[in-house]
Amino acid sequence: MRSRLSTLFDALLPVLATLAALAVGAVMLLLLKANPLEAYAALWDGAFGSTNSFAETLVKATPLLLVALGICISFRGDVINIGGEGQMIVGAILATWVGLTFTSWPGWLVIVLAMLAGFIGGGIWGGIPGFLKAYFNVNEILSTVMMNAIAVQLMNFLLRGPMIDPAQAQLASKIPQTARLLDAFRLPRWTPTRLHLGALIAVVLAVLVYILLWRTVLGYRIRAVGQNPSASRYAGINVKRYVVLALLLSGAFAGLAGAVQVYGVNYRMITDGSASGFTGNAGFNGIVAALFGQLHPIWSIPASILFGALLVGANKMQRMVQVPSALVIALNGLVVVFVVSSEIWRHRRQKRRLAAAKEDDSPPNPGSDAPVQTEVSS
Amino acid sequence: MISSLFSVTVLVGILASGIRLATPYLYAAIGETFGQRSGVLNLGVEGQMLLGAFAAFYIVFVTGNLALAVLVAMIVGALMGLAMAFVTVNLQAQQGISGIGFYLFGVGLSDLLFQKMLGTVETVRGFPKISIPFLSNIPGLGEIFFNHNLLVYGAYLLVPIAWFVLNKTTLGLKIHAVGENPEAADSLGVSVAGVRYFTIVLGGTLSGVAGASLSIGLLNVFQQNMTSGLGFIAVALVYFGGWRPWGVLGGALLFSMVNSLQLWIQVLGIPIPSDIAVMMPYVLTILVLVASVSRVRGPSALTKPFERED
Amino acid sequence: MKKTVRLFVLFVLVALVVGACGTPATQAPAPAAPAATEAPAMTEAPAATEAPAMTEAPAATEAPAMAEPFRVAVVMPSAINDLAFSQSMYDALLRVQQEMGGPDKFDFVYSENMFVVDDAAAAIRDYASQGYNLVIAHGSQYGSSLQEIAPDFPETSFAWGTTVDTFGQPNIFAYEAAADEGGYVNGVLAAKLTKSNVIGVIGPIETGDAKLYIDGFKAGVTATAPDVNVQVAYIGSFSDTALAAETANTQISAGADVLTGTAQMVVGAIGKAEEANVLWFGTQSNQTSLAPKIVVASQVYHWEGILSQMIDLINGGTLGGQTFAINLENGGEVIEYNPDFTVPADVKTLADDTVKGIIDGSVTIDMGQ
Repeated sequence: MRSRLSTLFDALLPVLATLAALAVGAVMLLLLKANPLEAYAALWDGAFGSTNSFAETLVKATPLLLVALGICISFRGDVINIGGEGQMIVGAILATWVGLTFTSWPGWLVIVLAMLAGFIGGGIWGGIPGFLKAYFNVNEILSTVMMNAIAVQLMNFLLRGPMIDPAQAQLASKIPQTARLLDAFRLPRWTPTRLHLGALIAVVLAVLVYILLWRTVLGYRIRAVGQNPSASRYAGINVKRYVVLALLLSGAFAGLAGAVQVYGVNYRMITDGSASGFTGNAGFNGIVAALFGQLHPIWSIPASILFGALLVGANKMQRMVQVPSALVIALNGLVVVFVVSSEIWRHRRQKRRLAAAKEDDSPPNPGSDAPVQTEVSS
Repeated sequence: MISSLFSVTVLVGILASGIRLATPYLYAAIGETFGQRSGVLNLGVEGQMLLGAFAAFYIVFVTGNLALAVLVAMIVGALMGLAMAFVTVNLQAQQGISGIGFYLFGVGLSDLLFQKMLGTVETVRGFPKISIPFLSNIPGLGEIFFNHNLLVYGAYLLVPIAWFVLNKTTLGLKIHAVGENPEAADSLGVSVAGVRYFTIVLGGTLSGVAGASLSIGLLNVFQQNMTSGLGFIAVALVYFGGWRPWGVLGGALLFSMVNSLQLWIQVLGIPIPSDIAVMMPYVLTILVLVASVSRVRGPSALTKPFERED
Repeated sequence: MKKTVRLFVLFVLVALVVGACGTPATQAPAPAAPAATEAPAMTEAPAATEAPAMTEAPAATEAPAMAEPFRVAVVMPSAINDLAFSQSMYDALLRVQQEMGGPDKFDFVYSENMFVVDDAAAAIRDYASQGYNLVIAHGSQYGSSLQEIAPDFPETSFAWGTTVDTFGQPNIFAYEAAADEGGYVNGVLAAKLTKSNVIGVIGPIETGDAKLYIDGFKAGVTATAPDVNVQVAYIGSFSDTALAAETANTQISAGADVLTGTAQMVVGAIGKAEEANVLWFGTQSNQTSLAPKIVVASQVYHWEGILSQMIDLINGGTLGGQTFAINLENGGEVIEYNPDFTVPADVKTLADDTVKGIIDGSVTIDMGQ
C-alpha cells in the first residue's frame, strides 16, 4: 500500500510543483491588484472548463507532444536539441509547399505526403547540426541556436517572396502568408471544436517512438551511444552515425509538428516575422514537456497535456482578469523552474527505496540492481 | 556598388559598430564561460540580462546615478544567479530546462516591472562616449577603438582579466577541476558546491551588467524583450570560443562585425534581399567553426549535476 | 510494472478531472457571461438613482440607453505601450470611451502580445463566445483565423486591420491605414530639411504597414528632390532594439542627417538620432516625447473616427461588410508636428499643400515597384 502511495506521489510530483509555482504566482497577482482566486478559476476554466476548452488544450498540446517525442530520442542519445523552433519552421515550409504544388492530387494522398515532407524538412534541419557535431565537432547548442535564426529569415524570405499568397502579392500591404490550402487537404476536425487528427497522430507516434527506442536495434544503439559512447564504439557501433541519427530524428518530429500545425490549425503558413509567431514557442516548450515526462514517450503524453493546459489556461486568465501578458510568461517560467526542481525528491526517494531494497535482499546481489536503476531513473 | 563597401568610412564604420554591438555579448558570454567551465550550463542568461537592464535603467531614470545603476544591475543579476545556483547545485535540477524557466521568468518579470513602474517607453541620459585623449585622434583606429562609453571598454578589459583568473590562479584551477572531474576535486577537498555557486553568481552578475550595457550604455532606452535572443547567442558563443575568453572574444567580434556588415550592405543599397542579409552573421558563425581546425573538448562534467556519495 | 501503474493512475486522475468538469462544463461559460454583464449593471445602479437627483432631462432620457454598455474586445500583436501599432489602437479605444461617456457606456478589454496566431485565434473565439458586441483583430496576421471564426458567431461583429479584405462576410469590417499618405508627407518634409542629401530609413520586415509607410516616404522624397539618396535597411525583426540603434548609427555614418523608421524597435534608433543631432520623422504614434529636440513630425494614427462609425453601424444593425481607411482626408491620420521644433515657413506651406493635394487627389503617390 505504501509503495502504491509513493508511486502516486511520484506521478503527481509535477502537478504538486505546478501548484507551488501557482502559489507564488498568486502573490504576484495580489501585488498586481488582481484576485488570485478569480484568476486561477479562469485558468482552470480556460484549460478544462468545457469541451471546447479541453479541445483547445489538446490542440495546444499536440505540437508539444510531437516535439517532445523528438526530444526523447535526442536526449537519450545524449544530444541536446534546442533547434526545435527552426526545425518546425522548415518542416512546415516543405509541407506547405507540397500542399500548394500538388493541388490536383487526392486529399488523403497530399496529407500523407505533406506529413512526410514535414518529417523530411525537419529531419534535414536537425540532421545538419547532427552532421556538424559528429564530423566537425561543432557543438549542437551553437549550431541549433544559429539554425533557428536562419530558419526564421528563410521563412520570411519565402513567405514574402516566392511562396506568397498570389492574392496578397497584388496588395500594397503584402502580408507574409501563403495561399490557403484546399479544403480537401485539411486534417479532419472534431467539429465544432478545433481538435484535429494531428492529436491522434501524435499519440500513435508516441507509442511508435516507445517501440523504436526500446524494441528496435536502432533505438538500442541510440541509447547505448547516449549512455556510453566509448563502450559503444568498442562494441562496434558507429557512434558518429547514431549521433547524426539522433538529431535527425529529433528534428524530423519537430518538422512534423510544424506540418501538423499548418494542416490542422491554420491551413496556411503565416508569419509576423518572428519564430514564435508561427511556432508558439513549441520548440522550447516541447523540451520542457519531454522532461516533465521523464524523457519517456508515453509519459510525454500527459506531460504535454498538462503543459498545454497551463498555456491555454494562462491566456484565458489574462483575458478574464486583464493582467499583463508578462505575468503569464513569468508564471510559465516559475512552473518550469519548480517542476524541474522537484525532480530531486523523486530522485532521492528512488535512491532510498533502492537502498532499502538492497538491505532487504539476502544474499546481496550487486549485479542485478544496476541495469534496473538506469532504466527507472531515466 | 559592392565596391562602395571598400571605402575607409565604411570599413571604419563597420569595425566601430561591431565593437559596440559585441559589448553585451561579451559580458554575458564571459560570465557564462565561468559557469560552464565549472560544469554548469545556464540558458537563463537572457532573463538575467533583461532584469539587469531594467534595474539599471530605472535607477538612472529616477536618480541619474550611473554608477549606482550598474551596481544595482549587478546585484539583481547576482540574485538571479543565486536562485539558479540553488536550483542547480542543491536541487540538482536539469540545467538546460531550469535555465529556460529562469529565462521566461526574467522576461516576464522585467516586462511587468517596466509596465508597473515606468508605464511607457522613456529615454535617459546613459553612459556618455569617452574619447581616450590622444589615442582617439589616430585616424581610423581612433574612431574604432577609442571612442566608446565606459561599459564598452569594461567589456574588453574583462577578457584578459577572465583569462588570467581562469588560467593563472588557484581559483581557476579549482574551477577547471570541478568542471572536468568533480568527484576527484571533491576528494581533494575542493568544495564543488562552493565553486559552482561562485561561478553561477558571477555569471549572473555579468549578465546583469550586460543588460545595463544595453539599456544605459548603448541604447539609453528600455523596452520589453529588447534583448531579442542575445542571451542565447551569448551562450552559443561560449561553445564557439572553446570555453576560452579570447575565443569568446573572437566569436563575439565575428558575429557582431558580420551583423554590422549586413547593415551597411543594406544601407548602401547593395541588392541583397533583407532576409538573406540578416542571416549572414548566423551562417558565418557556423561556417567559421566548421572550418576552424581546433577540436576543443568541453568540460567533461558540463550539465551533469554533482552529488556527493555519502 | 511500476510505470504502468503510474500511467494508469495519472490517466484516471485526468479522466476524473475532466469528468468532474463535465457537468459544470456547460455551466462554466454561462456564469462567465452573466458575471460579465452583471458588472456593468452593478456600476450602473448608483448612476441610475443619481439621474433623477441630478434633475437633468437628458440624463433621465438616457437611462434606458445605459442598460447595456457597448462592449469591445481587442486582440493585439504587441504591447499596449509599444509607442507604435498596438498603442495607437489602445489609445483610440480610450478616447472613444471618453467620448461616449465612460466605462458604463463603452467597455473594452484587450489581449496584448498575441503574436502567436494560434493564441490570438483562441482569444478571438473566446471573446466572441462571451457576447462582446465588437471583436477587433488588430493585426494583419489574424485574417486567416477570422475567416473561420466569424461564420460561427453571426451575432458578433468583427473588425480586422490592417487590410481591405472582409472575406465577403456580413459580420466582418476591414480597416487599414493609408500609411503611405503620411509617409509621403513626411518624405516631402524630409527632402526639404536634409542638408546632406542623404536620408536613412530603418524598417522591421518588408511587409504590411511598414512597407506601405516606407514606400510612401520614398515616393515623397523622390517627388520633391530626386537627387536625394534614400537608404533603406530592414533589420529583420520587430523587437531587436539594439540592431535598430546600430542601423541608425550606420545610416548616420553613411551621411544621413534625417532619419525615419517604423515599428516598436525604432525607439533605439530615435535615441541614436538624438545623440547625433539628426532629425527624426515618426509614424503610428506621436514620438516627440522620446526626443523633443530632433523629432520634426509624426504621422499619428487616430482610429477613433472609424471606430465610432463602426459602432454606429453595429447599433443600427449592420455588423460588417464594409471597409474603412484612415487617411489624411478623414482625419484618421494626422501629421502632428513637434511644437518645439521650428519648421521653416516655406517648408511647412509645402507640406500643408501636399496634404491638401493628397486629399483632393491632385497629388498622386507613385510607389514604383
